[in-house]
Amino acid sequence: MRNAMKAHKAEEAAALIPDGAILLIGGFMAVGTPVRLIDALVARGARDLTIVANDTAMPGKGIGKLISAGAVRKAIVSHIGLNPETQKKLIAGEIEVELVPQGTLVERIRAGGVGLGGVLTATGIGTLVADGKQIVEIDGRAFLLEKPIRGDFALIAARQADYYGNLEYSLTAHNFNPIMALAADTVIAEPQMIVPVGVIAPDAVKTPGVLVDYLLERAV
Amino acid sequence: MLDAKEIVARRVAQEVKAGMLVNLGIGLPSLVASYLPKDIHVFFQAENGVIGLGARPPEGMEDPDLTDAGGSFVTAVPGAASIDSAMSFGLIRGGHLDMTVLGGLQVDERGYLANWMVPGKMVPGMGGAMDLVAGAKRVIVAMTHTAKGEAKIVPRCTLPLTAARRVSLIVTELAVIEPTAEGLVLRERSPGVTVEQITAATSARLRGGTDVPEMVLD
Repeated sequence: MRNAMKAHKAEEAAALIPDGAILLIGGFMAVGTPVRLIDALVARGARDLTIVANDTAMPGKGIGKLISAGAVRKAIVSHIGLNPETQKKLIAGEIEVELVPQGTLVERIRAGGVGLGGVLTATGIGTLVADGKQIVEIDGRAFLLEKPIRGDFALIAARQADYYGNLEYSLTAHNFNPIMALAADTVIAEPQMIVPVGVIAPDAVKTPGVLVDYLLERAV
Repeated sequence: MLDAKEIVARRVAQEVKAGMLVNLGIGLPSLVASYLPKDIHVFFQAENGVIGLGARPPEGMEDPDLTDAGGSFVTAVPGAASIDSAMSFGLIRGGHLDMTVLGGLQVDERGYLANWMVPGKMVPGMGGAMDLVAGAKRVIVAMTHTAKGEAKIVPRCTLPLTAARRVSLIVTELAVIEPTAEGLVLRERSPGVTVEQITAATSARLRGGTDVPEMVLD
């Protein structure tokens, strides 16, 4: 039987993450983002991170704090439009940004997490996104070959966890979280609440606890 | 006199049919929801993870875990479903989304849309736009006809394309234009607007002759 997990402080979890690590970070415009982990990374002065996320949020919110703190060397994201600091740092050459269509980004991460060698998608054909990429024809239709993405760590926000690490998410705070939990060597989950094992019904578990390596304390 | 955005939103709303799954972009396209006939039921998708997007919540009733793709607080209607990003874009790419309404920077004679960057000036990223244009069954571009006097409906897009796919319809405050294999066809003109005025505000070639019906905005 699996041992119950210990709940960690955000500082302990942030200390596991070395400078230069590749982080998959859940969230969409800071909704469903593991904010306590981000605050702890900023507090410990993390540097040279590569972050993979939907967006860089806004200054002062979620991933925006990592950008402002100068913790990020490269961002692989679909959107930076609401964070003028990311755009400023991009123009100044302080940060590298790889823009990926949102649906392609999530499938590349999924591919990395489920052992697939890549994704074939029609998204991006005939655009700048296709530059330098292989086109594969399947049954007469053209697709772009997009490669898998994996992280050293996935930082996952969940509504609640049990002490086996099973995770349940809330409304539009699912977004990239359940997919990213598949695709990193070490998965750290930041739940708002932790409940006894058995309280989350099997049908409600979106991330099975076997994927989760570290659990943060509940939010309050 | 209706303002430009209201004309576009009212006309696009007529394209929405009962039972559709529809994705509205942020800005002008999001206004379409306000002008739907009361008696039809549709589901709106927000690509950040909800099918069954509802109205803005009353102040003080916001749920921090329930926003639209622009990050604004929303509600979910009875029967709504919350989904992750893989499911959300699976619906979009997989042909399950009946219609998407997006803004545009340029549309050209091939019906190709450019709406995600202006090199050297504005690089917000494509977000979900490339998947939406590549994958939705119908793509409707809802935009102002010109930008600071410059034509946005052009012979060939000079801005980076969002997809190499012919969009279904262009709706502006001046006209309804349908991209076809033969080029852009002027289908309707706004109340009180002449074909000459539309042609003058368009640098692309428009087909459809001079006898073009007026939009009916009820």
